Amino acid sequence: MHKTAEIVKVGIADMNIVKVPDLIRTTGLGSCVGVVLYDQGAELAGMAHVMLPDSSLSRTEPLNKAKFADTAIKELLELMIQSGARQAGIKAKIAGGAQMFQFSGSSDMMRIGPRNVEAVLQELKEFRIPLMAHDVGGNSGRTIEFDPKTGLMQIRTVNKGNSEI
Amino acid sequence: MTFLKSISDVHLDILKEVGNIGAGHAATALSTLMNKKIDMKVPSVRVVSFDEVMELAGGADNVVASVFLRIEGEAPGSMFFILPLPQAEKYIRQLTKNQTFTFTDEQDNELALSALQELGNILSGSYLSSLSDFTNLSLYPSVPALSIDMVGAVVSFGLLELSQVSDYAIVIDTALDEEDAKLPESVKGHFFLLPDPDSFHIIFSALGVKVDA
Repeated sequence: MHKTAEIVKVGIADMNIVKVPDLIRTTGLGSCVGVVLYDQGAELAGMAHVMLPDSSLSRTEPLNKAKFADTAIKELLELMIQSGARQAGIKAKIAGGAQMFQFSGSSDMMRIGPRNVEAVLQELKEFRIPLMAHDVGGNSGRTIEFDPKTGLMQIRTVNKGNSEI
Repeated sequence: MTFLKSISDVHLDILKEVGNIGAGHAATALSTLMNKKIDMKVPSVRVVSFDEVMELAGGADNVVASVFLRIEGEAPGSMFFILPLPQAEKYIRQLTKNQTFTFTDEQDNELALSALQELGNILSGSYLSSLSDFTNLSLYPSVPALSIDMVGAVVSFGLLELSQVSDYAIVIDTALDEEDAKLPESVKGHFFLLPDPDSFHIIFSALGVKVDA
């Protein structure tokens, strides 16, 4: 009996994990960063759609941990390990962090894409998770889909078509 | 959801009226510009999750033409004018008198995009100035930015301020429709107004409505 592969969707400021043969996808990343952690040995992958770099920006409780780079990666790592991933086998791929609009009046929010990427890289370093590939920056939106079996991330953009990292 | 707790149905009705006035003026401006009757739906004001905001705008993956501007001044916020690509092409053809324009055509898009940007500029300016008159608040538009991209990538930018205080947004949404349009799908364009969290109380008190702190 073959189980048919499903595509698990991750919304904005959301996270989830999948097991082979399922795929995991998030759509319309702009300044947000899609972070994938995966352990091919355990046939597991987790994805977070990170919106903001730092949970200190939050002015409310309870915190949505998937929303911030500093809380999302920690939480996703814990979820992965609870589901059977080995810390030593976990790797990462990331995409997103675009600058969708250029404005002259530059509040900090205008640079949010690059700041999100920096924060994600910092967290990966903190937890010693190797970054295997990335597609970040630019000024296009991205839709990403990850296959925990192959460890490959499909990336679709409006202007540049499809690519794979 | 703390910032939403003090918002009641009465407040939502007021925001609806705010949308009514702004989008009404923009629809009139569009009618004049296109020399066509443009219908405006009664604005809907909804408290929705971020994912639902994307759905309102056509789905996170859907590619649209959008004009985005930041509202600066006493009640800051974000504003979007969103058009499905076929509708944007139609307006560009009318404005540039180039009947063969399509977005798939790589060449010579500059004039077309600048026409679309100007359209967005006029409409959002008209929306905002009527809003400013109605509330008696000083509101200034930033230079509008045009983007042809996925709804999620574009609209999420307007949710950044709200995302610091909530996982929900209050969306003031007005749909526009050409009266003589023959295509079955009736909704042709959307105005989205997303006030920043601190702006709600400022708008309400400018209109003389009490808010329980």
